[in-house]
Amino acid sequence: MYLVALASSINCAETDLTAEFRDQFLLTYQHMLLSRVLEEKLGSLYRAGGRIVGGVYLGKGQEAFSAALGVQLRKGKDIYGPLIRDQAGRIAFGEPIIDTVRTYLGAVTGPMRGRDGNIHRGRPKEGHMAMISHLGSLLSVVAGGLFARRLAGRLGDSIGATSIGDGGTSTGAFHEGLNMAAVEKLPIIVSIANNQYAYSTPNTRQYACENLVDRAAGYGIEGVTVDATDLASCLKAFRAAVIRARDGGGPQMVVGTLLRLAGHGEHDDASYIPDKARQGPSARDCLQVAEDYARDRGWMSSAELRELNEEVRRNIDQTVSKVSKEPAPDPFKENWQALSCAELVEGQHEA
Amino acid sequence: MSITYLEAIREAQYEALREDPSVFLYGQDIATFGGAFKATKNLSKEFPNRVFDAPISEDAMVGMAIGAAVEGARPIIEMQFADFSSIGFNQIVNQAATLFWRTNVPCPITIRLPSGGTAGSGPFHSQSMEAIYAHYPGLVIVTPATVEDAYWMLLDSVKLNDPVIFCEHKFLYYHLKADQIGDRELPIGKARIARPGRHATIVTYSAMVHEALRAAEELQLDGYQIEVVDLRSVKPMDTDTILASVARTGRLLALGEAFPWGGVTAEIIARVTTDGFHLLDAPPMRLNSKDTPIPYHPNLWKSHRPTTSTIAAALRRLLRN
Ligand SMILES: Cc1ncc(C[n+]2csc(CCOP(=O)(O)OP(=O)(O)O)c2C)c(N)n1
Ligand SMILES: [Mg+2]
Repeated sequence: MYLVALASSINCAETDLTAEFRDQFLLTYQHMLLSRVLEEKLGSLYRAGGRIVGGVYLGKGQEAFSAALGVQLRKGKDIYGPLIRDQAGRIAFGEPIIDTVRTYLGAVTGPMRGRDGNIHRGRPKEGHMAMISHLGSLLSVVAGGLFARRLAGRLGDSIGATSIGDGGTSTGAFHEGLNMAAVEKLPIIVSIANNQYAYSTPNTRQYACENLVDRAAGYGIEGVTVDATDLASCLKAFRAAVIRARDGGGPQMVVGTLLRLAGHGEHDDASYIPDKARQGPSARDCLQVAEDYARDRGWMSSAELRELNEEVRRNIDQTVSKVSKEPAPDPFKENWQALSCAELVEGQHEA
Repeated sequence: MSITYLEAIREAQYEALREDPSVFLYGQDIATFGGAFKATKNLSKEFPNRVFDAPISEDAMVGMAIGAAVEGARPIIEMQFADFSSIGFNQIVNQAATLFWRTNVPCPITIRLPSGGTAGSGPFHSQSMEAIYAHYPGLVIVTPATVEDAYWMLLDSVKLNDPVIFCEHKFLYYHLKADQIGDRELPIGKARIARPGRHATIVTYSAMVHEALRAAEELQLDGYQIEVVDLRSVKPMDTDTILASVARTGRLLALGEAFPWGGVTAEIIARVTTDGFHLLDAPPMRLNSKDTPIPYHPNLWKSHRPTTSTIAAALRRLLRN
């Protein structure tokens, strides 16, 4: 969309970075920006009250790490199991923002049709798995999709990818899923966004190893760490991981260090995060870091950035206003059937 | 020639693998070893690369089946014992059971649960989990009591576009035999009159069908004709067949091997009293196991679960009322 306009005005002076990398960087930056502005909008809708029922869970500060993975994946070919903080990754994967807005507003036109909300959304047939809340449980599902493709002889060069937070790595499901994926040598990227807190719980109460990446050895898989506030590093790390997975290297763990720059949800002021952490290097805003990086290299001017910003805002406002006019689900039109085989659905046995 | 309940389960899996290349089997020790009970004996040889040993990870096994189903496969997961499905509980009730409703993508997986008590198996190799799973929307729960049902309902389960919890009773594995597997008679969702009668109805399922039939024999000596309804699937539950039977007999005993709190027998009573109160000539009765973990020693185990004699005693009380 915006990339063409931007890239055409670029004078790629740096020799150590290819034009391809520059293009991917700028494309990813746009996904990050779209995600950030969309989430700001969702936050303000939440605070205004009335429109969004339930919570709003933002990925502010995690866009670079999330989108750097999403942008490596090819919708329709790869299988992606995003989690709470992956608005940017979902956009990069190709989820239209109208799916996000419709799901948050519970619109019947959205992929979840008002039956599920906010971050619990996806289109499994397009390779976008719809997370359930239970952390860790998506890893084995993504692995299963790859396993079935391999059995059917149509894995080709497709890969899977799924994300989790530091807290989610403590679940049994995460361990079982990753161990199984390793045993089956499946091409799956497991990205761990270590934002140092799980809701209010700090890393010290979550795990006792030095670094989460140390666990990779225990699973017999490769693992790397990356400064997740730095888009360029994230892109390089995920690119390399994807290549290793495609080349038969099995599961790849990528651990990113960062801080979430929002509450756990919009209801949460994150007062448990001490000032020291807020001023530390992992509290850098990845969007700002990426902007500076691109501007320093002459990839983007301030004017272009402003223009892009405005276009993104217009796009989001239009989407929200369109969805606001769409019908809410009607309980009388809902079929209330949890089985696909209608003949096996029980009568309601109500008085 | 005769075929056991266990062999019927193996044969059904053989047939499912033969008929449909998208079927595969995943479970602990099921490949070369043929499974803890040999329900997959030789299948890995007959179908190379379709039968896989799984790590001891029930959560991941079910999760992987769900992902595979999204990709068009029809996996059969073997739990080594029903009891261990508790480790896969979250994937079953939250991921598999909600998938279609949330996303409109069906989840055709079959999870085999070697269920129920056998002497000496103790608290963690004897459980009956059907009620737990039946509680959740989005699952089909089948509980075959005969060799034919073990065969046909397993094949039907694999073909069904929804997650099926296939509760196969270990007590029937070797004891129960049929001369041959006849034609498929009833679809999943329909109950069967295992024995016609007119003085009282026992509604039951799985291994308890056979205890009920023996108790009915005993009561016949006293001149009573007891009807036995085999539910075949506890969800959906064939309420029409239950009500029609109670309409004939006026008396109901709901019988199950599972723990007494809530569960299938409570559901049977609830349905009959709400939809067919006027059909009852006496208060309905329930008979379940005792409300303790399942004991190890045969002396204790035999008293923990309903048996022919406790069922017969219950029937006599029911008929006196
Ligand atoms: C199995 C499970 N237990 C508890 C929760 C409730 N919960 C939702 S998010 C969350 C914190 C997650 O922390 P982390 O994995 O570090 O991800 P982050 O929110 O930091 O991105 C908790 C406890 C859950 N969703 N799943
Ligand atoms: Mg965290």
